[in-house]
Order: sequence, then C-alpha cells, then structure tokens
Amino acid sequence: MYFDSFSELLDMGGHGLYVWICYAIALAILLFNIVSPLLKTKQFFYHHYR
Amino acid sequence: MTKNWKMPKWFYQLGSPRWFYDISGKLLPGFSIAALLLLLVGVVWALAFAPADYQQGNSFRIIYIHVPAAILAQSCYIMMAIAGAISLIWKMKVADMVAKSCAPLGATIAVLALATGAIWGKPTWGAWWVWDARLTSMLILLFLYIGVYTLHTTVESEVNAGQAGAVLSLVGLVNIPIIKYSVEWWNTLHQPATFTVTEKPAMPSEMWVPLLIMVLGFYCFFAVSLMLRTRVEILHRERRSGWVQQLIEERQHVL
Amino acid sequence: MTNQTASDLSLSRVFGMMLKRDLLLAYRRRNDLVSPLVFFLMVATLFPLGVSPEPKFLSEVAAGVVWVAALLSTLLSMDSLFRSDFDDGSLEQMLLSPQPLALLVVAKVCAHWMISGLPLTIMSPLLAVMLFLPSEGMSALILTLLIGTPTLSLIGAIGAGLTVGLRKGGVLITLLVLPLYIPVLIFGTGAVQAATGGLPIAGYLAILGAILALGVVLAPLAIAAALRISVSS
Repeated sequence: MYFDSFSELLDMGGHGLYVWICYAIALAILLFNIVSPLLKTKQFFYHHYR
Repeated sequence: MTKNWKMPKWFYQLGSPRWFYDISGKLLPGFSIAALLLLLVGVVWALAFAPADYQQGNSFRIIYIHVPAAILAQSCYIMMAIAGAISLIWKMKVADMVAKSCAPLGATIAVLALATGAIWGKPTWGAWWVWDARLTSMLILLFLYIGVYTLHTTVESEVNAGQAGAVLSLVGLVNIPIIKYSVEWWNTLHQPATFTVTEKPAMPSEMWVPLLIMVLGFYCFFAVSLMLRTRVEILHRERRSGWVQQLIEERQHVL
Repeated sequence: MTNQTASDLSLSRVFGMMLKRDLLLAYRRRNDLVSPLVFFLMVATLFPLGVSPEPKFLSEVAAGVVWVAALLSTLLSMDSLFRSDFDDGSLEQMLLSPQPLALLVVAKVCAHWMISGLPLTIMSPLLAVMLFLPSEGMSALILTLLIGTPTLSLIGAIGAGLTVGLRKGGVLITLLVLPLYIPVLIFGTGAVQAATGGLPIAGYLAILGAILALGVVLAPLAIAAALRISVSS
C-alpha cells in the first residue's frame, strides 16, 4: 500500500477532495448507464402487462 | 440502395433483433463479472497502491479515470458512426438500435472525461478549466454527441430518427480528424507547449498496468451498458412481435 | 433542334436552371435577404457594447468577432434553404426527378451562398473598420470569408436537410452544425491574426480551400441523403 494509514489515503497529500470527487462522479455515471436501461426494461414489462 | 456483395450468412443473422437479444442475454453475465472485477481491481490499485506522480502528487490518480473515459468516449463515437453506416447501407435494424444506444452512453462518458479533466486541472495548474487541445476536442466531441442524440429524440419516426442520426454521425466522423488538427494547431498558437493534460510518455509499469486494467474495465462496462440499452430498444421496437409477447407473458408468471 | 426530354438535359444546364430558379425566388422575397445582414451588423455591435469600445481591445478581437458574427448569420439563414420547397411540395418533386439530387442541392447551396455568404463577405470591411481591425488584416479577412462562407453554407445545408421536416428545425440546425464549423473558424481567424502580425497567409488559404473542396465533394451527398430521410418521414 502506498499510503501509511487510512487517513492518509483519504487526504491524498492535500488532493483528497479532487481525487475522491472524481472517483465518485465516475461511479455515478457508470451506475447511471447500468441502472437506466435496467429501469427502462422493468418499465417495459410492467407497462405491457395485459 | 442495394448492395450486391456476397455477405456471409452470419452477417445477416446479426441483423435479427431476436438473435441479438438472445445472444446478448448469454454474454451479459460474463461481461458484467469481467467489468466488475477489472474495475474493482483497477480502482483499488489506482487509489491505494500505485505511486504518486513526482510533480503532480496524488492528484495524478485522476488519470486512471480520465484517460479510460476519454478513450471510451472516442471509441464509442466511432462505433456509433460505423453502426449508423451499416444501418444505412444494409438497412439493418439492429445496427440502427446499437447506434442509438451509443449516443447517450458516449455523451455521459464524454462528460465524465471532461469533468475529471477539469477537476484534475485545478490542483495541477490552479484553474478549473484550461483550453488545452485535448479537453477542447473532447468538449466538441460532446457537442457532436448531443447533436446526434437530439436528432434521435426529435425526429418522430423511429426509423428516420436513426437514419438522420447515422448521417450526422458519419459527417461528424469525417470532421473529427479535421477538428482535432485545427484545435491542436490553435492550441499551440495560443498557449505554451507545457499546457497539456497528457500523461508522461514513459510510465513505469506500476502506473500503466493499473491504467490498462481500468481501460479494459471501462470497455467491458461499455459492452454491458450497450447491450442493456440495445435490448431495451429491441423490446420496444419489436413489442408487437410474437417472441416479445411471449417474453412479456413469461415475465408475468414471474411477477 | 431535336426535342429534349428532361433526362437529356446536360448537367450544367440543370445546375444553371436550378440556380436561376432559386435566385429568382429569393429576389421575390428580397426583404428577407436583409435580415441576416442586419443581424451580422448587430452581433458585431454587441461586443463593443457588452465588453469594451476601447480600440486596443477591439482591434485584438475584431477578427474573431467578425467571423463569429458571420457564422451565426449564416446559421440564421440556413433554415430557409429547404423549408419553403418542403412546404409547397417542390422538394419532393426534386427527389423524384431524374436529375441527380446532389447536383440540384449544389445549385441550391450556391444560390444560398450568393444571397447570404457573399453579401456578408462584401459587408465585412464595414464591420472590420467599426471594430478597429488593423488594416493589414483586412484583405485576409475578406479572402478567408470568401473561401470560408461557401463551406459554411455547405455544412449548414447538411443541418438544414436533416431538420427540414421538424417543427423546431431552425434552432436545431445550430446545435447540429456549430461543432462542424469550428475548424473553418479557427483557420479563418488564424489567417487574419497572422496577416495582422505581418506573416504570410497562403498556408491558411490553402487549408481553407482544401476544406471547401472536401465540402463541395462530400456535403452534397450527405445533404441528399438527409433530404431523402426528411421527406420520407
């Protein structure tokens, strides 16, 4: 492990906010692109329930 | 427009929406697991184990998101244009639906590349945005995506929406090298050569291996999302066909 | 003289006829031709008003402002390229005619440029003077606009073709076409700035010429494809 402690991992030598926000945005966008079609699939089957 | 080339049988089979639905159903689990594993390993490695950059410190870790996103955004556009071309030339419905699915996917990834690029810029050069060649090109790529997506959603007829989008994405494809060249030229004119968001040319393996893993993980994610989106599109377009009706019935028993 | 059927007409005759038709139609609506030019002037006026009328500032941005204003004015006039033909059904006739659609399209775009891009180019020295463009840059401005505005018309026509069937087509054209305008903008303004600095502009003109040549060859195909899609929906 590059960092000596967990708090150092969070802090990233002062750049912590930037790095973690970037990874958070990435997670959000990746999840969106998975969840959105899954939701639409569910909506499709629900909507066509006859 | 008919083509008299002899395409192999599997090529036309690709055009069957039902076949695509079936085969994507089989491929999804594998790709999903691959994406999850690669991204997990890549992120942990990038955040906790890769070394910090000599000059930029730990903010360098953003590269493990920014570069894969940028590569994916560009590949996705090319794929969208090729799928569009196939749908125009061979009138293949599946290619049309794949192209339509690429648009929102590629646009959001371009946004990711831009956001991470901008955030990376702040600790590195002190500004939230720099008009460097690669970021500006990515911004223009986002505009191109938005144009295609807008056509997809504005044109009322589904078939024509896909065709119009295909024409625009092909026009964009031809333009992308010209745009890149002009933006790079413009950039060298207005900014010193040190202003680049590029990674250092010679990266030690502790750095490029996690980067490669992240790129592969992003590509697997892309495959998963693309298949999911295309499947929804197929279900919607083929909703009146027998096999979709059967699927709906089967789902009802599960519900 | 033998009887000529429609398909016996030579390509240049077809081009000439289409060009004349469009120019005549435009002349009948000549009041509409003025609006893009007035818009051109107004946009250029906004910059001194909105930022600063200092000659030092304006002379630096003059090239860019004139070019951006030309871009926006061209976009403004693009929507009318196919719309009236679409509305009265003559566009469908063009699609059905035995003449190559790409040729008809080139003639229409040529007419459009003659009534929009060309007047813009002629008017540009007026704007350049108002914005304190250094005199060394003047000829470069006119030349780059002369070569660039046809390209703008060609690319804009692709957008017009794709959106002619849509209700909100006008605004949409801007969205689709602006990213594609960027290389022309960069090299056009680059040339003027180079000329202002005493540097030669032949290279820029060559690049702009090459982009125009590419546009003349490829854009009509894209426009024709776009029109077929729009009319069939």
